[in-house]
Amino acid sequence: MSNKEVLLSIRDLRIEGRADEEWLEIVKGVDLTLHKGEVLGLIGESGAGKSTIGLAAMGFARDGCRISGGTIDFDGIDLRKASEPKRRSLRGKRIAYVAQSAAASFNPAHRLIDQYSEGPVQHGVMGRSEASSDAVELYRKMQLPNPDEIGFRYPHQVSGGQLQRAMTAMAMACRPDLIIFDEPTTALDVTTQIEVLSAIRDIVEQFDTAAIYITHDLAVVAQMADRIKVLLRGEEVEEADTRTMLEAPTQDYTKSLWAVRSHARAEQPPVAAGTTPVVAVKGVTAGYGTLDVLKNISFDIHARRTVAVVGESGSGKSTTARVITGLLPPRQGAVLFNGETLPPDYRNRTRDQLRQAQMIYQMADTALNPKQKLRELIGRPAQMYLGLNGKALDERVRNLLDLIELEPDDYIDRLPSELSGGQKQRIGIARALAAEPQFIICDEVTSALDQLVAEGILKLLDKLQSEFDLAYMFITHDLATVKSIADEVVVMKEGVVVEQGPKSEMFQPPHDPYTELLLSSVPEMDPDWLDNLLEERAAGGAGAGVRGAGN
Amino acid sequence: MGFLTGLLWLVAAIIAAMAAGWVFRTVAVALAPRGISKELKTAPLTASFGMLMILIYIFVAFFAPVLAPFSETEVVGPEFLFPGDDPALLLGTDNLGRDMLSRMIYAARNTVGIAFVTTAIAFILGSVLGLLAAVVGGWLDQLLSRTVDVLMAIPALIFALLLLTIVGTSIINMIIVIAVIDSTRVFRLARAVAMNIVVMDYVEAAKLRGEGLWRLITREILPNAMAPLVAEFGLRFCFVFLTISALSFLGLGIQPPTADWGAMVKDTATMITFGNVTPLLPAAAIALLTVSVNFVVDWQLHRASGLKE
Repeated sequence: MSNKEVLLSIRDLRIEGRADEEWLEIVKGVDLTLHKGEVLGLIGESGAGKSTIGLAAMGFARDGCRISGGTIDFDGIDLRKASEPKRRSLRGKRIAYVAQSAAASFNPAHRLIDQYSEGPVQHGVMGRSEASSDAVELYRKMQLPNPDEIGFRYPHQVSGGQLQRAMTAMAMACRPDLIIFDEPTTALDVTTQIEVLSAIRDIVEQFDTAAIYITHDLAVVAQMADRIKVLLRGEEVEEADTRTMLEAPTQDYTKSLWAVRSHARAEQPPVAAGTTPVVAVKGVTAGYGTLDVLKNISFDIHARRTVAVVGESGSGKSTTARVITGLLPPRQGAVLFNGETLPPDYRNRTRDQLRQAQMIYQMADTALNPKQKLRELIGRPAQMYLGLNGKALDERVRNLLDLIELEPDDYIDRLPSELSGGQKQRIGIARALAAEPQFIICDEVTSALDQLVAEGILKLLDKLQSEFDLAYMFITHDLATVKSIADEVVVMKEGVVVEQGPKSEMFQPPHDPYTELLLSSVPEMDPDWLDNLLEERAAGGAGAGVRGAGN
Repeated sequence: MGFLTGLLWLVAAIIAAMAAGWVFRTVAVALAPRGISKELKTAPLTASFGMLMILIYIFVAFFAPVLAPFSETEVVGPEFLFPGDDPALLLGTDNLGRDMLSRMIYAARNTVGIAFVTTAIAFILGSVLGLLAAVVGGWLDQLLSRTVDVLMAIPALIFALLLLTIVGTSIINMIIVIAVIDSTRVFRLARAVAMNIVVMDYVEAAKLRGEGLWRLITREILPNAMAPLVAEFGLRFCFVFLTISALSFLGLGIQPPTADWGAMVKDTATMITFGNVTPLLPAAAIALLTVSVNFVVDWQLHRASGLKE
């Protein structure tokens, strides 16, 4: 690869961001070289400066950011010195960008094909009709269903995975030399992710396009990139060929990234027959309007056990949680708590019933009132349910902060906005614990977090479980999380429980075809994984023929 | 030349205002307790000037009897005296020979006080009902919202005139009528803002915790809805001000001989043709307060919404 011509060369790039009337350096002297037709993976945690560097490769800085030093040389053009019209003529034509959330990046008021044609027509590469027929061609190459017609739909009429592929096709419209992919599959389900990954890889290979692939998922980058660059807080940690990097990372930070997901929960003895489960969901059918989202769901959750509810988006995982908490009264069936039937509506439940079942939310940002200090956020449940006040309450809050491994004196009077993402999620856990419950629902608690941080949260949850005899219901779409924390697994699809049982059984064949599809779709670190999987599926194995919920 | 001089005066006034703002901010930061002084440091000069002006208005309103050289109703000289004609009557006299300066000072008390009380009532009424409608929803929301729609369908000033002729003109009636009419606008805003907050996870968490309606509104929703409401308060205050002045001008507002800036403009309006600035003084008092309030509100809004330049 490296004997090819250099396409993009970034030297000592420095980017500053404005925060509170001050300029802080967020990218601190990064070098980057990209050859023609090469795919470079940029990985790192949030705040590492991945996206900022990706945008800088187009000579662009977000609002509130400025490029303060270094050179960006794209095929002989210095992007920092080039005039704005000059840069604009490159963007979309020779350098294209694929954003993380296609749903938010398409203009909802225009049809896909019109948005596709805009770039080529604006840049004078093609006429409108030529661009339209070219779009159909690329849609076909991206393996979109009905390539002749899909372009005439509006963005909301197309599923998330298809939209992401349509966006990649759009980026390809002018046949650029360089495409920047900014976490293109992060918002997608695993089963959909596979299709998008293979489509992106094919098209990049076919047109011999160079690409910068930004992601925080190591397994994904292993499939896509020729070389990997690891970033930490705006600085390069190391860079190497994909295989070298995966097999022999030299830096400690890289090794720690690789070692993530090593956490595994100790095997729990099977529950004695006849024990009353803490929570039992019995034949629940529920839905919104006339639509049934859940159809006859039943499962049990025992004390000191974690039940993972797995499924793609739209499978009814979160709706199940809403039924248990009483936000959505079921049409049929009931929820039993320690053998007693709970009133279907939370408003009819007693304070003690409410106390026993707590919830931790996916987005800690929206789950914590931004105007309340931690003292009140965590203290309120303790004050309400346990009648603590004054000094006792203060003591309890400090105690809880200790439990979630935050220094009480430092944190007790902070607002949520003064915390990092992982710390906010810890506060969510502390708030749930403050009620001294028997049962906690964790709704995708780690999916918005970086891997290292998520690992810490999982360990904490595990520790607390054995300390307080908690029962967890763990809603997730991430099977790696399931492997590390669950005792039992419930697989859901379209509102039906497809398969359930102890973890050890679930991860051993034989599987239900849908479970097989889910399991085989989880990316692995092996760079050949995607090739092998696609081959296997072509031969009819690994869940071939089962459609994911996203389609 | 005249234009240029005017421009110079304007620039000088702006510089003086900003300098006053700067001095005020420096002093306030030094004097205020730590928490407040940290906030004050973020105030732009415009907002500092606004705060200074508001404080001066409040001071004048409070100490009107001490500050005013004459009583607001006393006839002290010939009618329509120009400012400066008599050194004892600094701003001249009005159509009945009353001292303009004293009346200006007393009017600060009447007009600002009434406007503030009216806006406060409109706000309490509008935001409590608006938040309630958003949180409870269902038929209560329908009932309140449709009632508000009906009230809003009638032009505000005409409706106020109509109601005042029905219930009779008195200061209390005027306050209530304007407050009710204005609260419909506040209701709309409060409901719209609260609708977006009600769907947040932390409100759901509070509901599931078993919190009562009162606590849900005051602790979870209101603090997060404060920014747009405060901004609206500033704007409403100005509008109420103008409504009162308009009603006074029409003779249905504050009744003579009580001093009121709106009525004072009306009384001395004819003087403008004789080159007398007297009618402009109360008008300027209204304008200055309106601008000052909006400076402060802009700053608060900016801060609360997290907008950076």
